[in-house]
Amino acid sequence: MAPEPPLLSMSGITKSFPGVRALDGVDLDVQAGEVHCLLGQNGAGKSTLIKVLSGAHQPDTGTIRWRGEEVTLRSPIAAMRLGIATIYQELDLVEHLSVAENVHLGHEPTAAGFVVRGKAARASTAQILKRLGHPEIDPARLVGELSAAQQQIVSMARALSHDVRLIVMDEPSAALDPDEVDNLFRIVGDLTAEGVAVVYISHRLEEIRRIGDRVTVLKDGRAVAGGLPAKTTPTREVVALMTGRNVEYVFPQRPASSPKGAPVLEVQGLARQGEFEPFDLEVQPGEIVGLAGLVGSGRSEILETIYGARRPTAGQVRVGGRALRPGSVRSAVRAGLGLAPEERKAQALLMLESVTRNVSVSSMSRFSRAGWIDRRAEAGAARAATRELSLRPDNPSAPVRTLSGGNQQKAVLARWLLRGCRVLLLDEPTRGVDVGARSELYAVVRRLADEGLAVLLVSSEVPEVLGLADRVLVLREGRVVHTAPARELDEHRVLDLVMEGSPAS
Amino acid sequence: MTQHASPPRDNTDKVPSVGQPPSWRGLFARVDVRTLSLLGVLAALVLIGGITKPDEFLDTRNLQLVLTQASVIGVVTVGMTFVITSGGIDLSVGAIVALSSVWATTVATQEYGFAGILFTAVLVGVGCGLVNGLLIAYGGMVPFIATLAMLASARGLALQITDGKTQIVTISSVLDLGERDAYVLGVPPLVIVFAIVTVIGWLILNRTTFGRRTVAVGGNAEAARLAGIDVRRQRLYLYLLSGLCCGVAAFLLIILSGSGQNTNGNLYELDAIAAAIIGGTLLSGGRGTITGSVLGVLIFTTITNIFALNNLQSDVQQIAKGAIIVAAVLVQRRTASTT
Repeated sequence: MAPEPPLLSMSGITKSFPGVRALDGVDLDVQAGEVHCLLGQNGAGKSTLIKVLSGAHQPDTGTIRWRGEEVTLRSPIAAMRLGIATIYQELDLVEHLSVAENVHLGHEPTAAGFVVRGKAARASTAQILKRLGHPEIDPARLVGELSAAQQQIVSMARALSHDVRLIVMDEPSAALDPDEVDNLFRIVGDLTAEGVAVVYISHRLEEIRRIGDRVTVLKDGRAVAGGLPAKTTPTREVVALMTGRNVEYVFPQRPASSPKGAPVLEVQGLARQGEFEPFDLEVQPGEIVGLAGLVGSGRSEILETIYGARRPTAGQVRVGGRALRPGSVRSAVRAGLGLAPEERKAQALLMLESVTRNVSVSSMSRFSRAGWIDRRAEAGAARAATRELSLRPDNPSAPVRTLSGGNQQKAVLARWLLRGCRVLLLDEPTRGVDVGARSELYAVVRRLADEGLAVLLVSSEVPEVLGLADRVLVLREGRVVHTAPARELDEHRVLDLVMEGSPAS
Repeated sequence: MTQHASPPRDNTDKVPSVGQPPSWRGLFARVDVRTLSLLGVLAALVLIGGITKPDEFLDTRNLQLVLTQASVIGVVTVGMTFVITSGGIDLSVGAIVALSSVWATTVATQEYGFAGILFTAVLVGVGCGLVNGLLIAYGGMVPFIATLAMLASARGLALQITDGKTQIVTISSVLDLGERDAYVLGVPPLVIVFAIVTVIGWLILNRTTFGRRTVAVGGNAEAARLAGIDVRRQRLYLYLLSGLCCGVAAFLLIILSGSGQNTNGNLYELDAIAAAIIGGTLLSGGRGTITGSVLGVLIFTTITNIFALNNLQSDVQQIAKGAIIVAAVLVQRRTASTT
């Protein structure tokens, strides 16, 4: 290749948030005129990386070179001035303004410095829309009246209203139907032919095959592969990079004898229309059952429906033989279910509160008489539960927000341990947990199971499911396509199943 | 590692990251910086009052008056603190006080004497709170809108009942509670009620499961739901509680003014919200302090009194109140960002 520097070169980018290192030395090179795909699971660091690239986040360390020159992207405007435009997944359009007003938002053509020249704005907008192959969108219409696909075109038109050299597209196809996706790809093709570079984020591998030139795979805040050829790298290799381990985790020993006894959790024909199809499941005390599947396969939906946070459209859940009231979290908690949800901060933790209060929140009746809390008993019990899980720091009055991701997860587990729950539902238990702390968390989960807890585990990391679970259900597009003891499966087999859904052998 | 056998610190009334020098003991170890600064502001106000109008401000009767005036809005603010801590808002408190006070002073109600007035005031307050709570918790309405609607309707109903006339209370046992003869060791009965409501409110917020649930719902309603808390029922109870406080406040106002008027409680919602906010309760929910709210009420009432004694117009008062709210929230933001 020519010695010409790449259009964009990011190197050694790190970015930490309290408790978690989101980016850990990421490199990314983008050439003019290429479609560079960014792949990775949720939480791998994709969105943090593009926020750094668009100027919304400042990296802690690392350098960004733009056409060979080192630059600092202080703000989204600074990035925009260089010619970097970002189209976010959640479109940032103002619904109550017209197409033309949205396209020119912040740089309206004006007369005398402040009078907006609406006609000029509409004319130039129409021109851009024509270039995008969508002359039918009326620049005078309100954005709120447009379809999702049309809104995306408007978003793109806004990017092109600047002198743009690099467009970042975050999951642009997520809300589109196949025809619209074809049109999107045609636009991407036109743009790259003009020398514009596109950073394309998606987890649909077939799209990346179709339009991508090169692929960079992120995992746990690191680029595990940079600049692979998008068309020829085998799918299995790409998925293995996304889901595979790059550190050897230590998984705890499974008990010698398989658990016996009556199932504590029984799921019969449970389904939610549009999310997952009817399936049966039994989990015995001491058993860890894993649900493996890609993003969008219905994993989290299944857990939340069992827990009553979503109302099933069919089927029922029994705990210890007693049927739960459908769609009632309280019924589930009373029967002995506990959920450690995927989005810990949004769904589980009271971030302003201490560890003690986060742990005791589900067991308050145990420390209270007629509503009056015995705080000494509460503190003692919370301390015992957090100690049992070796939560650090060993100070239950510390605010929970000061804890690392792994210890926040332990606080959630301690909550259910204290409650005396019989079935633990774990949704992505190591999401946002530092790599080093994961093995310890695995050991904790196994120990809880050995003590008689039934565990249902959801993870997008295949090795995690295979390493921790006794039995695995493989999901693809809301359907259980395979069930087998974890010993009988390996990573390749599971990856084949989650991607191809080939019938169980 | 030190042993933490003693009861845990009370975090609800604290900024958690405030470092406590080990030399602080006893009372001071339990009082956080925010409470201290509010006490400082109050002390400064007393000083200003004492300097500008030494004879009048520090007069026992004047201090009794300040506390009596603080009692009515103070009781409302205790209820408001709970609602705001849970992430809600109650704009209807002033209108509920008005409606309760006129309903409890109609000729028909007064036939039932002291008990009739007290019972009606409380019942009307709870009833309005019930409507608010049902609309918000089970009707899915935004608290701002539901209580705004209650504000309008309750005021309208109060006007309809009175036809704009002042309803004079003729029950002597009620009126007597406002007389000096009823003071206990120089403390007016209204102030005693306020003190009792404050203590009960503090205990409920900081020592009971109800208080914990309130804080949990305000801090993260989704997490509270997934932890097994009945979020909707809790919200219903909170607006009931606010309505109850309004009913009690209406009764105090009847004692204080010897009458019921449809203009009672005008702009109480703003005073109560402002007092809670400068006291340190987060408008976004998740943290509330009764102590701070009561200090906020005392600060506002004292300012009003000092301005009145110095013959300053109420427009100046309003400006001063506005400035204090801004200053308090700016300080709050600063402490929030450093924690």
